[in-house]
Amino acid sequence: MTNRPMIETRTFLGIPPFPVAAKRALADSQLRGNMHHATHTIRTKRARVTAELPDWEQLRVAGSDIKDDVMANLGHYLVQLEESLTKAGATVHWARDAAEANQIVIDIARRHEVDEVVKVKSMATGEIELNIAMEKAGISVWETDLAELIVQLGHDLPSHILVPAIHRNRSEVREIFLREMGKVGMPAAADLSDEPAELAGAARRHLREKFLRAKVAVSGANFMVAETGTLAVVESEGNGRMCLTLPEVLISVVGIEKIVPTWEDLEVFLQLLPRSATGERMNPYTSTWTGVTPGDGPQEVHVVLLDNNRTKVLADEVGRQALRCIRCSACLNVCPVYERVGGHAYGTIYPGPIGAILTPMLKGVGTSKSTDALPFASSLCGVCYEVCPVKINIPEVLVHLREQVVDSHRSGMPGTLLTTMKGASWLLGGGRRLGLMQKAAGLSTRVLWKNGMIGRMPAPMNRWTDARDCPAPPAESFRAWWTRTDGGRKNTGTSSKTARTETDQK
Amino acid sequence: MKVALFVTCLNDTMFPATGQATVQLLRRLGVEVEFPKAQTCCGQMHVNSGYVPEAIPVVRAFVDAFAGYDAIVAPSGSCVASAREQHTIVAARSGDKGLIRAVNEVSPRVYELSEFIVDKLGLVDVGAYFPHRVTMHPTCHSTRLLGVGSRPERLLAAVRGITMVDLPAADECCGFGGTFSLKNPDVSVAMGADKARHVRESGAEVLVAGDNSCLMHIGGLLTRQRSGIRVMHLAEILASTEDAA
Repeated sequence: MTNRPMIETRTFLGIPPFPVAAKRALADSQLRGNMHHATHTIRTKRARVTAELPDWEQLRVAGSDIKDDVMANLGHYLVQLEESLTKAGATVHWARDAAEANQIVIDIARRHEVDEVVKVKSMATGEIELNIAMEKAGISVWETDLAELIVQLGHDLPSHILVPAIHRNRSEVREIFLREMGKVGMPAAADLSDEPAELAGAARRHLREKFLRAKVAVSGANFMVAETGTLAVVESEGNGRMCLTLPEVLISVVGIEKIVPTWEDLEVFLQLLPRSATGERMNPYTSTWTGVTPGDGPQEVHVVLLDNNRTKVLADEVGRQALRCIRCSACLNVCPVYERVGGHAYGTIYPGPIGAILTPMLKGVGTSKSTDALPFASSLCGVCYEVCPVKINIPEVLVHLREQVVDSHRSGMPGTLLTTMKGASWLLGGGRRLGLMQKAAGLSTRVLWKNGMIGRMPAPMNRWTDARDCPAPPAESFRAWWTRTDGGRKNTGTSSKTARTETDQK
Repeated sequence: MKVALFVTCLNDTMFPATGQATVQLLRRLGVEVEFPKAQTCCGQMHVNSGYVPEAIPVVRAFVDAFAGYDAIVAPSGSCVASAREQHTIVAARSGDKGLIRAVNEVSPRVYELSEFIVDKLGLVDVGAYFPHRVTMHPTCHSTRLLGVGSRPERLLAAVRGITMVDLPAADECCGFGGTFSLKNPDVSVAMGADKARHVRESGAEVLVAGDNSCLMHIGGLLTRQRSGIRVMHLAEILASTEDAA
C-alpha cells in the first residue's frame, strides 16, 4: 500500500443539544446570510415548478401510496429485489446495522487491495459513518459530489441533505479549495477566483485524477426497482455517473425503504424528486444500472441492504410515514427554524424537519439529550407537511415523538416541567379552579407592571421577557366579567379593560 | 341553534377584551352565545409538549362543558385546531370509550370565529367600522391546520373605513409555537424579530390576527422595540362600530 493522503472525517459527536447549538448558530451572521439566501432561492424555484403541474397533488398522493404499499409489503419486495439483483449478476448483502454495513464495504475493498475509494454522494453512508470506519481501516475515501467535496476539504460537517455545503458561500469555497486541494491531490490554480465556473473547473481537475485512478466506488441509491433489480441515482453534476461507470467494482449501500415495485412507479418519483429538491423539472443526470453488464461499466456489483433500525420505525404506526422520505430536502428549504440556524445545530446527518423525526426514531427515543431535543426543535407551523412530495405529516410525528420522549423520562426525575404540567392539568380540569387562579394571578403580578406590560423578569420567565414584553394579566378575567355583567347584558360599565387596551390608550 | 362560546384559557385569563368583543359581535349578528362556566382549555399545551395523559382531564372538562351545543365558537384558530385534530389522540390514549364517543360528538362542532361567521351565518359584511391602516398575520394553525383560507381577509375587507396593507412574507411562522417560545427562546425570537420587521415595513398602525397567542409574541416584540404598532384580535376589529368609535 502506498502512503495515500487522507482527510480525517469529522463526526457530529460533541455538538450540544439543539437549543444551545441553535443559540450559537444564530449569532453567526455570515451563516444567517448564507442560509437565508440559499433557502429562499430554492424555495422560490420549487414553488414555481410545482405550481405549473396540474396533477401535482395527484402525484403526491401516488408517491405516498406507492411508498405505503412498499412498507406494508416490505418483506415481499425485499425478497423480489434480492432475486432480481442476483439474477442480474449483483451480489446482495444484508446489514442489520451500521457496523455490519461498514464491515461489508471494508472487506470488499480489502479483497481488491485498494487503499482508496471514490464516493457518490449518499445519505445512507453518512448515516452509518462509513468514511470514518474506512479511514480507520486505512482506506482513503474521496467524496466526489461538489458540495460533499467542499465539506470534506473544509474538515467540515454536512448541513443539508441535498446541498451539504449550503452554509458556505462562494468566497469561502474558494479559500477552502486554495488551502486544501493541494494537500490531497491536484491543487487549485493560485489565481483561482470565486466565479462559480472557475470553482467548478478546479473541482473537475481535482476529481478527474481520482476518477481515472479509482478501482472501487461506493454509492447509495435514490431508488431500487424490485421487479428488475435496477438501482437509480439522480444527480446534477455527472460526478456520480463517473463513479458509477469508471471503476471496476461498485458497492451500493441502500436503506431497505428505497424500494419501488416497478419502473412505472419510478416514473412518479422521477417527477416528484427533482421538482421538490432543486426546483428543476428534471435533474441533469439519471443513472440506472441492473447488476453487471459484460464489457460495460463495473464488472463486480455489490448491493448492501441496510436496516439500521428502519424496521423499528416501521413498527411505529404514526412514525412509519417517515420511511416514505425520498430525501428531497423540500422541508428543510421551507422550514423557518432550519433557515435561521442551519443544519449543524441538529447534530445529525439528517437535519431540518425530517431529521427532527427521523433521527430520534433511528437512534431511539430516550437514548440521549441531543436526540430527545430534536422533536421539540419546531414551532409546529406545518409548512414542511405542505411541501412534502410524499405527504409525510411531520408535525403529527413531531408531536407523537414528544409524547414518547416525555414518557421515556417519566420514571426518572420529577422535573420542573412535569410538575408544572401536572399542576396545569389539575387547574384546567375545572372552570372553578381556573377562576381562582386567575384572581390570584391578577393580584400577584400587579406589582410588576408598567403600562400594562411586564418587562424583564428573572429565570425561568426571562426565557420570554429577555426579548419580549409580556402583557400583564387584566384586573378581571373574562369569566369574572361574564358573571358580574351577565355576559354584558347588565349595563355595569366596562371596568374590565384589558392590559392591552390600557396600553393602547396611552 | 344553541351556540356556546369557547373563549379559550389564554383569552379568559389574559385577553378578556377579545372574549367580550366576540360576544358583542355575535350578539349584533343575532346570535346569543352561552358561556358554559365549566370550560377551561383545549389541552393543546399538554399535547404539544408531550404530556398526553395530563391532557386527558382537560379534554374531559372540554367535552363535559360543551356537550349538547350545536356549535361551539372560539376566537382562536390554534385552539380550534387542537379540539378538532388532537382531542381524538388524547381520548384514544385514555382508552375511555365514553370519552372517545364524546370527543367524536363535540369536536366537529367546534368553529373558529371567521369560519362560524362566513360558513354558518353566511355573512361577510358584519357592519363593522374601523378607520385604520391594518395588516394581517394569517397564523399557521388557522391556515395550515384548519384551512380557514381567505375568510378573515374577506371579513376585514368588508369593514368600512379600514385600509388593509400587505404583510411581507405573511405566511411565515411568527415563531411563537407554544412552549417552543420557552424551550427554544432564541430561535423563537429570531423568527419573531423578522415577523416584527415585516410588520413595521408594512406601514400598518395595527396588526390583526385570529390568535392572541401569536399576537402576544409579536406584540411583545413590537412594544419592546417601541414600534408604536398595536396588535388586535380579529374579533375586536369586527366588533368595532361607528357608535363605539
